[in-house]
Amino acid sequence: MNELIRLLSYMICIAAFLGLNLAYLGWVERKGAGHIQRRTGPKDVGPYGLLQPLADGLKLMSKQLIVPANADRPLYMCAPILTMVPAVLLFVAIPFGEHLVPREFNFGLLMMFAFASVGGMSILIGGWGSGNKYSLIAGARAVSQNVAYEIPMLITAITIVMITGSMDLNEIVRQQGGFFWNWNVFRLDKSILMPVSFLVFFICSLAETNRTPFDMGECEGELVAGYHTEYGGMGFGLFMMAEYANLVIGCSLTTVLFLGGWQCPFGLFPGPHWFLLKMYFLIWCFVWIRWTYPRTTFWGLLNLSWKYLIPFSLVNLLLTALFIKVF
Amino acid sequence: MSSLAQSHLRETFELNIGPQHPATHGVLRIKVVMDGEYIDRAEPILGYIHRMHEKMGENRTWNQFWPNMGRLDYLSAMAYNHCYAGLMERAAGIEVPERAEYIRVITAELNRIQSHLLGFGAYIMDLGGFTPLMYAMDEREQILDLLESVTGSRLTYCYFRFGGVYNDIDDDFITGTRAFLKRFRPQIPMYHKLVTGNAILMDRLIGVGPVSAEMCRKYGATGPVLRGSGVNYDIRRNEPYSVYPELDFDIPVYKECDSMARYMVRMDEMVQSCRIIENALNKLPEGPVMAEKVPKALKPPNGDYHYAVEAARGTFSMRTVSDGTNTSYRMRLRSPTYSNVSLFEEASRGMLLSDALAFLGSLDPVIPEMDR
Amino acid sequence: MDRAKIKRELENLAAESLPAEPPQEEAPVEVQAEAEGEDKAKAKAKKEDDAPRKNGLIETEYAKRGTHLDVQINPDQVVKAAEILDGEGMTLEMVTGVDWLKEGQLEVIYDYSYPGGQLFRVVVRARVDRNNPDIPTVCHLYGGANWHERETWEMLGINFVGHPQLEHFLLPEDADFYPLRKDFKS
Repeated sequence: MNELIRLLSYMICIAAFLGLNLAYLGWVERKGAGHIQRRTGPKDVGPYGLLQPLADGLKLMSKQLIVPANADRPLYMCAPILTMVPAVLLFVAIPFGEHLVPREFNFGLLMMFAFASVGGMSILIGGWGSGNKYSLIAGARAVSQNVAYEIPMLITAITIVMITGSMDLNEIVRQQGGFFWNWNVFRLDKSILMPVSFLVFFICSLAETNRTPFDMGECEGELVAGYHTEYGGMGFGLFMMAEYANLVIGCSLTTVLFLGGWQCPFGLFPGPHWFLLKMYFLIWCFVWIRWTYPRTTFWGLLNLSWKYLIPFSLVNLLLTALFIKVF
Repeated sequence: MSSLAQSHLRETFELNIGPQHPATHGVLRIKVVMDGEYIDRAEPILGYIHRMHEKMGENRTWNQFWPNMGRLDYLSAMAYNHCYAGLMERAAGIEVPERAEYIRVITAELNRIQSHLLGFGAYIMDLGGFTPLMYAMDEREQILDLLESVTGSRLTYCYFRFGGVYNDIDDDFITGTRAFLKRFRPQIPMYHKLVTGNAILMDRLIGVGPVSAEMCRKYGATGPVLRGSGVNYDIRRNEPYSVYPELDFDIPVYKECDSMARYMVRMDEMVQSCRIIENALNKLPEGPVMAEKVPKALKPPNGDYHYAVEAARGTFSMRTVSDGTNTSYRMRLRSPTYSNVSLFEEASRGMLLSDALAFLGSLDPVIPEMDR
Repeated sequence: MDRAKIKRELENLAAESLPAEPPQEEAPVEVQAEAEGEDKAKAKAKKEDDAPRKNGLIETEYAKRGTHLDVQINPDQVVKAAEILDGEGMTLEMVTGVDWLKEGQLEVIYDYSYPGGQLFRVVVRARVDRNNPDIPTVCHLYGGANWHERETWEMLGINFVGHPQLEHFLLPEDADFYPLRKDFKS
């Protein structure tokens, strides 16, 4: 009974946390873009434009849902939902604090990757189901991109598993306690390439979340709006929210695996605040990159993954194995 | 091109880019036959904003045709004004006061900077980088304010007249222009630092959309496209009009023939335009801005007349056939983008879709000017 | 680019275009300098008003006309002219047409310029019959002529024989009129 109440309250908390993030990350992004672009960003609705997400949400929800005549109706309808589900589901395994984790799995990392790949599929379903050529191209691009970047991401994650000897996310964080040089990103004693592999993981999570410069699925200016060209109203809203949810997940995972999760850099007062601080810093980096860089080509994107990231992550894997065996 | 694209195991499909599409800067439509991500054939289809300016030229008196000149290329309308003024002055033998010519050059060059700024911002936006557009707009706004103060309109200028310009520039304009130049000059190195050196941008532009000098000649491509192919051809130097021969400037030429070269030509042209404006402001003579005794109803003698200017996108030339009355018998407008984009079909064959759109952006098309 | 050579070859071309037995009082090649006496030129212009211009080469004054050479030839010679100019590295700047309703003719105008150091502009004209407006295309020499010829066909109804794609371009697909013809009533 106690367990049930605990899970229920966690569910409510996650829903609230997610809702707040999805709404206000959009605001943060627009404000950030404004700051970078020498303008103010949203400012009219509420103080500092803080009520803008509500206004946007209301607008999206009050719009008619139009299903294009050419669309594959069931697929078209289920794609936005399907893209939201894994994003919400993944929060179950994220350790916000030492004792603030909805469910401690001993295979949390595996679950993360398993469900994250559903996201790519839902983009394909959306792109295919729309019955639009732009969407179809975008969907095909998004899938090959997700496949290409899951490999180096997973291999990098395996090096972390080798170092910590656990797939439990909370256990991985626990082992990074003490000062910040115990964080996996600075564990040069395990592999001298660790900071670089952090970068690899970061780039991969950029690509996995379909953010500029790797937003091949959306590709505005080339494929109109990519896989969600035909979606209006809340269908589009769900895709957009899923993007931010994936952003939060990706940054959380990077924080957990490399930046010591809820650990304090100086070993003092570890707790969820450290986790949130690191995560939001990474999210800010994502926003920053998005408004600074142009988009790569699809070709350049795949080249980067297959020719540089995958070989590098394999080398890193071998090196880590060697280091662990030797030292 | 990959071997797959050449093999017989191909399945193509048609994709309509436009007429409403973010990459086409207006209502250009490109019918693309795609083979996966490769382009088999890309055929531009025009006419979505065709207004038949040439027929209007036959129905209106010479003076009534002025407003049309601002509505062809809405980004560098001043050069078009210049061409029409020059054409009719050539036909009717009108002498233009020197001050008016200097004012024409100053406003036309300000207009050129403005056009290239928007071209730069919009081009990077095509490539997915939104921020440079905002930076470019910031500077562009100041030029528009300056030009508005003297011409009364922000984009569709109708400022020149046969024999001069409509009104004189004042001290506010001159000091404002000097202040703008002072502020704008350091911006270009900043753009280069922020944008041009970016590895992703270089990857997307270098070697993309090769257009050889020979191809430019066959298609009549001019302007930055031609100068990006290593040909030093600029009407301002090669067929000097107005007071350009007295001014001090260089023609930027790049030999790489790719999108990066065309982009760099535009960036460098902004620097040169700054030089021209500063030079012209220093040399600006006193005097009237309108020729005396210009007849209200112009009746140029019989015959053909031709005049060409360097607009922001290349050679804009006009040919008119006069039959001695107060309207034109035939008015022909040769717009630069029309010829520049006509090479797109041949040059884009076998390109990737994203490269082709990067290439199209580097041609910097303005659709109302293509369709006329 | 060799200006003298272009002039010579175009002159020859214009000479060939004249009828086999030229009227005895007229010189075969009409070289007319604009610097002639004004009255004479005016009289000439007046004369040309009444009758269509004859084939031949005119050296025009750049400052007055914007062109250097102005040559009128037979319609079947435009490809030859294009070959000459193409061989000298000239570019085809535009193709356009004029409807001479009174004379029952359509004129096709080719504007050539030189995209190099020197300033040299050549106009090649050819007149076709209004009822049978056929003229060979120069598309195979100049790719850029494609769109210009297509537009001229669409606006004036001049039929460019051998053009790969004489379809509607700027006008709507169902346009069955030629708007730039002088007898067009909107």
